[in-house]
Formats: sequence, C-alpha cells, structure tokens
Amino acid sequence: MGASFEQLLQRHERVEPRDEMPEGYRATLVRQIAQHAHSEVIGMQPEGAWITRAPTLRRKAILLAKVQDEAGHGLYLYAAAETLGTSRAELEDRLLSGAQKYSSIFNYPTPSYADVGTIGWLVDGAAICNQVPLCRTSYGPYGRAMVRICKEESFHQRQGFELLLAMSRGTEEQRAMVQDSVDRFWWPSLMMFGPPDTDSPNTAQSMAWGVKRNTNDELRQKFVDMTVPQARVLGVTIPDPELRWNPERGAHDFGTPDWEELRRVVSGDGPCNAERLAHRRRAHAEGAWVREAATAYAAREEAR
Amino acid sequence: MSTRDWPLYEVFVRGRRGLNHVHVGSLHAADDAMALRHARDVYTRRSEGVSIWVVRADAVTASSPDEKDPFFAPSGDKVYRHPTFYELPDDVPHI
Repeated sequence: MGASFEQLLQRHERVEPRDEMPEGYRATLVRQIAQHAHSEVIGMQPEGAWITRAPTLRRKAILLAKVQDEAGHGLYLYAAAETLGTSRAELEDRLLSGAQKYSSIFNYPTPSYADVGTIGWLVDGAAICNQVPLCRTSYGPYGRAMVRICKEESFHQRQGFELLLAMSRGTEEQRAMVQDSVDRFWWPSLMMFGPPDTDSPNTAQSMAWGVKRNTNDELRQKFVDMTVPQARVLGVTIPDPELRWNPERGAHDFGTPDWEELRRVVSGDGPCNAERLAHRRRAHAEGAWVREAATAYAAREEAR
Repeated sequence: MSTRDWPLYEVFVRGRRGLNHVHVGSLHAADDAMALRHARDVYTRRSEGVSIWVVRADAVTASSPDEKDPFFAPSGDKVYRHPTFYELPDDVPHI
C-alpha cells in the first residue's frame, strides 16, 4: 500500500490509473496507446475494401468479423488511453489532424484479394510478435486491453494463412497472386517493428519503465524466425536474397529493410497516407448525424 | 472530459452462470440502452458472457482518489482472522 512508482516497477507490479506516475511515463503511454488505437481504426480500411468482393459467403463473413474485431480493438485501446486523462474527442482530433501517427503498414495498398491473406499472415503475425509481450506491460489498463486483443489476433492470423494456403493449392495464377502479395508486404511487415535499435532513442527509457519488454530488433528477429518455416508450407519465396539460417546464432540472418522508405511513409509520404486519412475524415463527418441523433434522443428521454 | 464525448460507462460481464460479474472495460454511449448494446458488441463477440451490467462511471464511488490512504490499514495487523494463524498439532483430523 502506498508504494511509489519506482517501488511498483521494482516489484513488477502494475501501475493503475490513479497511481502517481512521472509525466514522461504518462505522455509516452498516451502516445503509444493512441498510436496503437489509431492503427486498429485505420487498419480496417485495407481489408474492408475487400468485403464486398470476397469470393464466397464464408470468406465474406470471416472478413466482416475480422474488420469488426479491429474496431473493437481500437475501442479497448482508446478506453485504456482515456484512463490516463485524455479524452476520446481529443484522440479523434489528433488522428484526423495527422498530429498522431498510426502504423506505417496501413499506408500500403491492397490491390489483390491475396493481400487479405497476406495481411492476416504477415501483418497480423508481426502485430502478434509486438503485442504478446505488451500483455505484461507495466500499465494495467494497457496490459488488460492487450490480453483481449491477442486472443482475437490469433483468429486473424490463422484465417489469413488458411486463405493463402487455399490459393497456393489452386491454379498457377492464384499461386502467382500469393507470391506477388508476399513480395509487396514482406519488407513493410519487417518495418512494423520500427527503426533499428541503434536508431530508436526512446527504447531504453520505455524498457526501464516496463512499457516495452523487448527491443525492435529482438522482435523483428523473432518474427523472421517464426515466419520462414510457415513460408515453406505455403511454397512462397521470401523476397530477401540475404535470408539464410545461421547455425552459430541459432537464428536467421536477413537483409536490411529500406529505412529511408519507412521514414518517408511515417512522415506522410507513403502510397496511401492521404487516401487513408481522407477516408477516415469522410467517415467521421458522414457519421455525425448518427451521433447527433443519439445525443438528441438521450436528451429527450431524460427530459421525460 | 470533453463535452463532445458521450458519458463513460463501466462494463461488467458474467462469464457464465455461477460466476460474479467482472469488470471488463469501459465505453462511451449516449444513454443506458446504447451502452448495453455497445457492451454486447464490444465485449461479448465470442460468447464471453451471459449477462452484462453497465454503470455510468460518474456513479461509481471509489475507496480513495489516490489509493494511498490508510483505508485498508486496519486489516493489516489482524493476522488472527486467517486460519493459518492457529497452530494445531499435526494429528488433529479434518481441521
């Protein structure tokens, strides 16, 4: 009882909303959780675009459920961020104004139906690598949101892999679609873990606070090692000539992502940045009448 | 909280019959009925519950603003309230 922030961290206990905490810790969490929530919300778009064109009712139902999950994940995370004293409206404003970022991966286009599978397999696979350790993050509400999210992400990744497996057992053309999609998404997926450790100034502080549990490069390595055997099952080639097993390290060596590309996409100059934000702004504006009607109805009922 | 935001509700779900309702998270809604419906969509998409309570967050009275006051101190020195406090011989059956 009455433990200080430092004592809580030393004892590996969770920090809860009304505990005292350093301003830097609070600000770091708001930024990270908000960015994560925004990613879930924007992340509905690349796949949502395929809902009307999914090839069967089964695939359509799966895709709808998945996109609905992403909305749910955004809500869990916004709620966690709000326990730190920010408001939903403020967070929405910062997304729509571009003041806060979302994951760079959602600024890449999804021109092919195979991309729905690749996003599940690679993008959600990378997200799981990032998110599983976050279940043990030091801030209670964030960790609890991550536990719920991780349970649901597992379905996301498996449905993606199953979709790609079905296509890879299909026609020559379908196999080519899978390879083309993996070629486009491999490097952006590796970039999801953020810049290399040598260029990630906030990592040390985030780890000392227990907000992050692993460095970017550790998680990237884990993802590569996990994914290579899965690629073999699918019969796809990972587009990296430097990728090979290193028996001395007990891990795969792999090439260097184009960090300049990551910098460009994060700073707003990716293939779909403008489109994603414009779509989000339009959806928000077009939903205004629903929010207003619900508020008016609630006010009328209360007045009765 | 911004005036643009709908009221915040805390959500409690009973996982199955025989269990307590447990706090699972929170959400914003314009009124109680909407809060319940949203809670169903957000927190029980995979049959996680058989019953939901929603409570406006501003209606919750909490033990103390900073959770640091001596509110729970009185129970700290009453070890005799626990069964392990009492030393009994090993050969006393069923106790």
